Amino acid sequence: MYDQPVTDRRAGVALNERAIESLEFIRTTMARSAPFTAVSGRAGVVMGALALIAAVAARSAQSDEQWLAIWFGCASIAVPVGLAMMRVKARRYELALWSAAGRRFAQGFLPAIVAGAVLTFALVRADALDLVPAAWLLLYGAGVLAGSSSSVPVLAWLGALFMALGGAAAFTPPDLRDIWLAAGFGVLQIGFGLYIARHHGG
Amino acid sequence: MAAKRGAALRADTADPPRTTQARAAAPATRAANLDRLMHDRTRLAIVTALSVNAALSFTELKAITQTTDGNLSVHARKLEDAGYVSCTKGFDGRMPKTEFSLTDAGRRAFKKYLDHMEAIIQHARGKSR
Repeated sequence: MYDQPVTDRRAGVALNERAIESLEFIRTTMARSAPFTAVSGRAGVVMGALALIAAVAARSAQSDEQWLAIWFGCASIAVPVGLAMMRVKARRYELALWSAAGRRFAQGFLPAIVAGAVLTFALVRADALDLVPAAWLLLYGAGVLAGSSSSVPVLAWLGALFMALGGAAAFTPPDLRDIWLAAGFGVLQIGFGLYIARHHGG
Repeated sequence: MAAKRGAALRADTADPPRTTQARAAAPATRAANLDRLMHDRTRLAIVTALSVNAALSFTELKAITQTTDGNLSVHARKLEDAGYVSCTKGFDGRMPKTEFSLTDAGRRAFKKYLDHMEAIIQHARGKSR
């Protein structure tokens, strides 16, 4: 390096810095112009890991109330974490979380989630707890599927697979309920989370 | 324009420098060989956005590049003249709609530009060791 004239070295450094700037500019422009998703893949991985922990804990629950409390506890941690990570991703790429596409996603996703919450209380009151995992998987899948039309296409597959697991959970023995929940909210979320993180900016 | 681009591509694919002096001057040579058409920030943003979307409307490109109508028109026209971008005019209902997409030549030029940037960084890293 030192056998070069000083001016050449400076030109090289400046050129190198400009090249790094250009690549950084390309990276942020790509993230901004890729099909909208503030859906955070990393959040999916974290939420999936929490669901796996909850599934293991729920297997050893002593009562239905305890089982429900474990899953509600998991959701009460996972939802704020997911929302916070979506905000971080949106801010990082200067995406408007409540852009037209973001609002359309919410309009597709949230009704099914609200329906799921209402149905959960109804099923618990009717002493039909065995159907709760199927309701969660089916309605979460329906929400993701509906929201996918205004986000990245891969979410449609995630929604459809959740619904397939929900269907399976509805017609199999209740002993398997934590397996289905772990497969959906754990494994699927982690798998698709990794895919989104890799292909859609985090 | 196409002839100019051809000359730039030929210069780009020239043999790498073999002597020490030539290697020392490599950054300057590489700067001269840069695809100037692509290097401009607005044009680079247009090509980058089109590289991850099959097609984008004028309005979408304007939002992504954060530029004015006039500026976007001028830069898009330059890319179109160079054969990097194709432009389709049509109607969305009664509203006129202009859509842009990247041509094969544009995709190749973009890849070459990325390779070029990476080569400059690699060269600088190699020297600093």
